[in-house]
Amino acid sequence: MFADNIIWFPQEASTTARDVDIFLYFLISVCGSVGLLVAFLLIYFSIRYRRRPGHLPLPSVRTNVPLELFWTLTPVGIFMVFFVWGATIYFGAYRAPDDATVIYGQGKQWMWKFQHPEGQREINELHVPIGRPIKVLLTSEDVIHSFFVPDFRVHMDVLPDRYTSTWFQPTVAGTYHLFCSQYCGTNHAGMVGTVYVLKPADYQEWLNSHSEGSLALEGRKVFLKYRCISCHSADEHARAPVLENLYGSRVRLNNAESVIADEGYIRESILYPGAKIVAGWQNLMPSFKGQVSEEEIIELIAFIKALGRGQTPPRVESYPPPVTTPPINPTKEKP
Amino acid sequence: MSPESAILTPEERAVLDQSVLVRHRLEEQFRDLDQQHEAASLGMWIFLATEVMFFGSLFLGLGAYRYLYEEAFEKASIKLNWIIGGTNTVVLLVSSLFMVLAVHYVKLARRKELLVCLGLTALLGLLFLALKGLEYYLDYRDNLIPGWRFDPEEWIEKEGLRAEQVPQVELFLMFYWIMTGLHGLHVTLGIAAVLTMLILAWRGHFSPAYYSPVDVTALYWHFVDTVWIFLLPMLYLLGSHTFP
Amino acid sequence: MSTATLEPSSLPLPLEEPKETYLNASRGVMSWLLTKDHKRIALLYLITVTVMFFIGGVAITIVRLNLMTPRGGLVEPDTYNKLFTAHGVIMVFFFLVPVVPTVLGNFCLPLMIGAKDLAFPRINLASWYLFVLGAAWTLFAVLAGGVDTGWTFYTPYSSKSSHYNVIPTMIGVVISGFSSIFTGLNFIVTTHKLRAPGLYWWRLPLFVWTIYATSFIFLLAVPVLAMALILVILERWLHIGVFDPAYGGDPLLFQHLFWFYSHPAVYIMILPGMGIISEVIPCFARKPLFGYTAVALSSFGIATLSFIVWAHHMFVAGISIYAAMIFSILSYMVAVPSAIKVFNWTATLYKGCISFEAPMLFSLGFVALFTAGGLTGLFLASLGMDMHVHDTYFVIAHFHFIMVGGMVMGYMAGLHYWWPKISGRMYSDWWSKMAALIIFVGFFLTFLPQFLLGYAGMPRRYHRYPEEYHVWNVMSSAGASILAVGYALPLFYFLYSLKYGPRAEPNPWHATGLEWQTSSPPPKDNFAETPVVVRGPYEYEAEKAQNEP
Repeated sequence: MFADNIIWFPQEASTTARDVDIFLYFLISVCGSVGLLVAFLLIYFSIRYRRRPGHLPLPSVRTNVPLELFWTLTPVGIFMVFFVWGATIYFGAYRAPDDATVIYGQGKQWMWKFQHPEGQREINELHVPIGRPIKVLLTSEDVIHSFFVPDFRVHMDVLPDRYTSTWFQPTVAGTYHLFCSQYCGTNHAGMVGTVYVLKPADYQEWLNSHSEGSLALEGRKVFLKYRCISCHSADEHARAPVLENLYGSRVRLNNAESVIADEGYIRESILYPGAKIVAGWQNLMPSFKGQVSEEEIIELIAFIKALGRGQTPPRVESYPPPVTTPPINPTKEKP
Repeated sequence: MSPESAILTPEERAVLDQSVLVRHRLEEQFRDLDQQHEAASLGMWIFLATEVMFFGSLFLGLGAYRYLYEEAFEKASIKLNWIIGGTNTVVLLVSSLFMVLAVHYVKLARRKELLVCLGLTALLGLLFLALKGLEYYLDYRDNLIPGWRFDPEEWIEKEGLRAEQVPQVELFLMFYWIMTGLHGLHVTLGIAAVLTMLILAWRGHFSPAYYSPVDVTALYWHFVDTVWIFLLPMLYLLGSHTFP
Repeated sequence: MSTATLEPSSLPLPLEEPKETYLNASRGVMSWLLTKDHKRIALLYLITVTVMFFIGGVAITIVRLNLMTPRGGLVEPDTYNKLFTAHGVIMVFFFLVPVVPTVLGNFCLPLMIGAKDLAFPRINLASWYLFVLGAAWTLFAVLAGGVDTGWTFYTPYSSKSSHYNVIPTMIGVVISGFSSIFTGLNFIVTTHKLRAPGLYWWRLPLFVWTIYATSFIFLLAVPVLAMALILVILERWLHIGVFDPAYGGDPLLFQHLFWFYSHPAVYIMILPGMGIISEVIPCFARKPLFGYTAVALSSFGIATLSFIVWAHHMFVAGISIYAAMIFSILSYMVAVPSAIKVFNWTATLYKGCISFEAPMLFSLGFVALFTAGGLTGLFLASLGMDMHVHDTYFVIAHFHFIMVGGMVMGYMAGLHYWWPKISGRMYSDWWSKMAALIIFVGFFLTFLPQFLLGYAGMPRRYHRYPEEYHVWNVMSSAGASILAVGYALPLFYFLYSLKYGPRAEPNPWHATGLEWQTSSPPPKDNFAETPVVVRGPYEYEAEKAQNEP
């Protein structure tokens, strides 16, 4: 009944998995040896020095400073090795390579939603190709969840109102579990998905059969829908910074600090625009919190990421600006 | 008591130690009153350490958010009534002075002065609470109670804050109410303790040989005072102030 | 007297009950409910925590039964969630944290330092009432409607999303927190002020050292938990966002505040257990503890370091990479004092004269299981490994090894060691050894498979799971049933011993330590006259020297 379906060990299906498993073997060897040594000594001493008729305890040693120093300092040394090795793996898993494909994910009670940059949308499923680094940019729509793919050894909490990310590079084709591993309510155990790792050809086929408008294209529509163009036009009527080539650049703020324009910055600028003001511009932007959905934010981010020089949509008609925008100062209209 | 000095001589102290009144105070697990007094003091110091951790976590939260939401917190802080807050600071400091004097006088067996000092401490504590009550009423009138009397529009229009900063103002005010409320609760308990000491002192319960309850109450009172000293700047004095 | 055979049953004379003991010093229910005697209060606590233990055990029994099949279905998902929450809340706050300090600490501390009682007996009684109030309140919340947030109460789920009794549960926990604070305060002042003449700090038994260190943790950590829970209560009640991002709050702030208490809390649980082992092993090996100074100082090392490792519960929670590094290093450092203790206990056995009564069996079990659990802690302290096994059954197995395999076995060891002193009776030797063995076997069977489950990826708090995890879950549930038998046994033979057990002499184990210099059970005032201490602890050598021909 059970024999054919016992899991002894997860599959090793990503580059990270390999690293983690090798580290595991090392940890088991070292810790296992120490554990076995202690167990052996306990048993051996218990037997050798057990109380028998006529047996008296031998003169005792109360302390042996060199020995105590040895078993204090040696663990410290071993622990440092553990730490460095573990930290190295963690560093590698923390920041995705620059050429990673970014897939956007949202967790909500009790399902996973994913958007591919080419626009494919998935619910509780994630199709990825072998051999390419994939970065998953995650946010939650309600409580804290956690994105966990055991076979990739990948794990990152998914927080509301914030982006977190993790990355992996699949190495073996197959289907793998995706679990939510941060308790999130009634159907926490049901928040399970499947990751399909496909060979590049199969992946391409899957992409083609599921193509929709790419995220960037959808983002352009959102950009126009919410009239962002009325201030962020790249012309003389612009009342806001140009967004071309913004993503990844360093932005100087009006308080002499500077930030890198990443996904979090863009999201914050849409929802909490007054939090960071670009140097030389006024605090005019209204907040779109409550109006724009998480998915639309993702699409806008994709659009802005793809926005190169000269690609800002033209101001075709004069759209009325959003209601809460302050009126245009007539003097600013002069070129 | 020798007329030249108000301090007990060792012989007088020995006589006092043996009196029934004093022996009655000695708990059976202690060797003598000195040990009992030391234990009581140590116990109170340790209890105050836990209170520091208790208030400390609130200060930590307040500090963390004050750093994150500077503008909202400063604008909200200015709305608090620092005149009453400042007056209350003086009130508490003076009450602590009288508490110290109370301990001083009990060691000298000056019952009348002891009663006066304890009474003034309690009275000033009550004055603190009364001023606090007045302040709370004014806060109520000025719509500074999030979740009950609070006007988000006022903060957007008059103070020039953005919509997303209004919850930050509410957060600050929530800290204000919790921290001053918790502090007020401690002051109330302190006043109750001081009044208890007053009644016991009036009944002649204390002497230079046995005054540890007064000592321990004084410690607690000073702690309550010290917490206020930290509360005042962290809540009332964020951002700049001009005279109203 | 020969030291070769020390079985209490081989003593020549049947003993009579000491004339006046703390048990019969006064009669009637009110004399117990209004007692100031630390020994009676310890028994009151014993009854209360035992009741809580079994309630928490019933909750997890239903959980493990539900996990016998991959589809679950024994109970509704919401009920399952409430059950594992109840198990966690009850076991952590109302069993593990209080048990050894309030039962064995309350009973033994004054005896061990030669005092008549604790420094503040009435506060001690108040602590018990607060504990009962908190327990009753929480039990009511748990039984009437339940709470489903997990004992970790993470926001925003607990402050916004859960529909159940979050606030009453937290209130109960906060109330019991005050009980802990007062107990810790009492112990510290007692240890400082009420030691018998000649009992210098370096002559204190290790149990006193660990209770003292534990008390510090009580004092400094519990208030922070109280405040974190109060803030969640306010957020839930008044909808003001301390932790809710929709209002500008930060859910991670809750995690920081919560774990600032809860990590030291686990050391509150284990330190007294370590103290017990440091008493039992020297006694049953007839040897002084190896490296007394190191073991004493390591208790403080553990207590201090325990405060600065909390974010190792948050490595994948979204903290910065630098914070993660610092907490990982510090988490490794806190393992060092524990390792020192394990090595010292093992070395104490060397060239000893070891007998295997129940206290010793439980202690050996403690050392083995605590070591295993501690070693897996090293896995979790490393960033690269925790990244994978965080929030899986690996973590569950790790902390149960330490808390159940370690702490509960330590508690059993202490209970079996001091039972003759507490009750004046001896329990059945055979049954107690059997219980130790059954618990050990049941424990392994229950929790070893969970390491495999965890690495294979089964997350925590799942009421159903994919097929391939079935076998290990069944094995774990089977082991749990054996464990349950093992825990039920002491209930029977201890109660049996109260009426039918042979009377215990003052020092049935021939141990050193002041608590053994008075009758079993002790009189109300502990000692006929205040003892004067002239030797260090664990002077089994001196006893041996006296008995040489």
